[in-house]
Amino acid sequence: MKIIVCIKQVPDTNEVRIDPVKGTLIREGVPSILNPDDKSALEEALRVKDQHPDTHITVMTMGPPQAEEVLIEGLAMGADEGILLSDRAFSGADTWATSNTLAKAIEKIGNYDIIFCGRQAIDGDTAQVGPQIGERLGIPQVSYVEKFFIEEGSIRVHRALEDGYEVIEGKSPILLTTIKELNEPRYPSIPGIIKAYREDRIKVWTYNELDIPSTDIGLDGSPTQVKRSFTPEPKGKGEMLEGSVNEKVESLVKKLQEKNLI
Amino acid sequence: MGIKILQEECVGCTLCVGACPFDAIDMIDNVAVMNENCTNCGACVDACNFNAIIKEESQMKKMDISNYKGVWVFAEQRDGELMDVAVELMGEGRKLAEEVGCELSAVLLGDNVRNLSDELFAFGADKVYLSENENLKQYTTDGYTKVLSQMVDEYKPEIVLFGATHIGRDLAPRVAARVDTGLTADCTKLEIDPEEKGLMQTRPAFGGNIMATIICPKHRPQMATVRPGVMEKAERRDKREDQELIEFKNDVVAEDIRIKILDVVKAGKASVNLADSEVIVSGGRGLDKKEGFELLEKLAEKLGGVVGASRAAVDAEWIDHDHQVGQTGKTVRPELYIACGISGAIQHIAGMQSAKTIVAINKNPDAPIFKVADIGIVGDVYEVLPKLIEALE
Repeated sequence: MKIIVCIKQVPDTNEVRIDPVKGTLIREGVPSILNPDDKSALEEALRVKDQHPDTHITVMTMGPPQAEEVLIEGLAMGADEGILLSDRAFSGADTWATSNTLAKAIEKIGNYDIIFCGRQAIDGDTAQVGPQIGERLGIPQVSYVEKFFIEEGSIRVHRALEDGYEVIEGKSPILLTTIKELNEPRYPSIPGIIKAYREDRIKVWTYNELDIPSTDIGLDGSPTQVKRSFTPEPKGKGEMLEGSVNEKVESLVKKLQEKNLI
Repeated sequence: MGIKILQEECVGCTLCVGACPFDAIDMIDNVAVMNENCTNCGACVDACNFNAIIKEESQMKKMDISNYKGVWVFAEQRDGELMDVAVELMGEGRKLAEEVGCELSAVLLGDNVRNLSDELFAFGADKVYLSENENLKQYTTDGYTKVLSQMVDEYKPEIVLFGATHIGRDLAPRVAARVDTGLTADCTKLEIDPEEKGLMQTRPAFGGNIMATIICPKHRPQMATVRPGVMEKAERRDKREDQELIEFKNDVVAEDIRIKILDVVKAGKASVNLADSEVIVSGGRGLDKKEGFELLEKLAEKLGGVVGASRAAVDAEWIDHDHQVGQTGKTVRPELYIACGISGAIQHIAGMQSAKTIVAINKNPDAPIFKVADIGIVGDVYEVLPKLIEALE
């Protein structure tokens, strides 16, 4: 079985703070991490490989050169090879241009059975790239996968709904987007880490390696554009309660009573 | 293509360095230079006071967008019940249609769902596009994508809105890709550009730490998903004579649907109903430990409310994801929202700022949550809450 896992390096957005005076992002010390949903996607692929050792897992990412770090992490966890799609021509891509690029690279790899993607990345939260890769490749998809089984050539998953789940059966090739409830990702092993750094198992593909028109990628291939980015204006009209803890609580209760809230 | 710094215009003021969310600008010999982190987001273009940074015109493929007219709402139904978010989108869709000066239509897919078209007329649809088929009884990516894409090609709407549900977020990206247009996820604000008449879609980005306004200038339809609870529901109106039901014949056959739904299991556990609660007591990273939620539970019980949480608290596994309020959790608008030890990332604020009254309790007087709070208390949650619970007794 051949599995491709699409992953992304993201800033740990939980660690980002806003400068209270300037209203700008404080970026210092914000670590880059492997996107959590993608880690679950990779873990599930690794579990297939645990059961079926002849499984081959490719981890693939698109990003700047330093995105190689998440490929190394993927290899250290147990993936067989990594592919980095990196070129200034890819930058500025919205989800559609990103999906075009990833799909083209997946076609270049060819002969896959399952494509795993994390449902969404924490720096964008769009959940669009997985489905759009599926559409570009013309294969079926199941999103929000929270359980995954493979038996006798058929794939069975639970797709999470807001109020329960669907049990879905599919056949390869298929694209699945996973949520972090799916599993508990393993840590890279020490030998795995050493091997990932020592062996050269990462290929870098630039624009020239992909047979794709420049109008399908990067900024030019992106139907959507960012018109403006901003930190929102605070509403600011609230009242800060003063005094000792007792006094504050007392005046809070009074105010809530005035508003008929208690 | 992309963002360009005009080096001869740059005065080395470093305003752009501070404005860049992605650390993509370095100062080299007192001149700003873009590095590979640049995502072409354009924040630096606005920040530069010297016109030294420009956004170059893109070489995008052109499509004829002049034939695309009208606002569409995907009227999501499950088991023959219209989803609340569809009614919210009808409310928002009406505003947009008025600003553009066009019709508002609802698109209804399913099997035996014709009766819902009256509902949609009551919520203000000028037209309801109905497409029925036994193979559309349950939502499937393949079935719904096929029909909706054909309808977009046939009727050419200029705006299509979806609820950002597990169905809307599965369907919309597929349809957008098939009809080759843009899609913006989880919008919190939609406006019409008064000059260009294009849709301006504002959403939290970068984990909710900044907001971004997204446009789709050269492709149609302009597609967006909106999270449940963000927009206000449409009000019921009297039926008008000129409302029209249009049936779209589809040819979906069982073979089109490449997966098989074997079973649908409804959650047995009573999940917390944040959306309908009048009072929510929410906890965040400032609680420092799981046990803090027991205190919140007590207070919520006293107030007849439920417990919510920030993403940080859910990620720390102090409480289940069902309780999460914010951009990746639920959007709520209760009468009273008490934020305990929540710093107030925009991500979280996006999900609760519509609450009528917001009370914030936090140790840090600079916490951004105080900027949206109606009543603020600087203090330790573990000192304030027990006293508050006591006072309520």
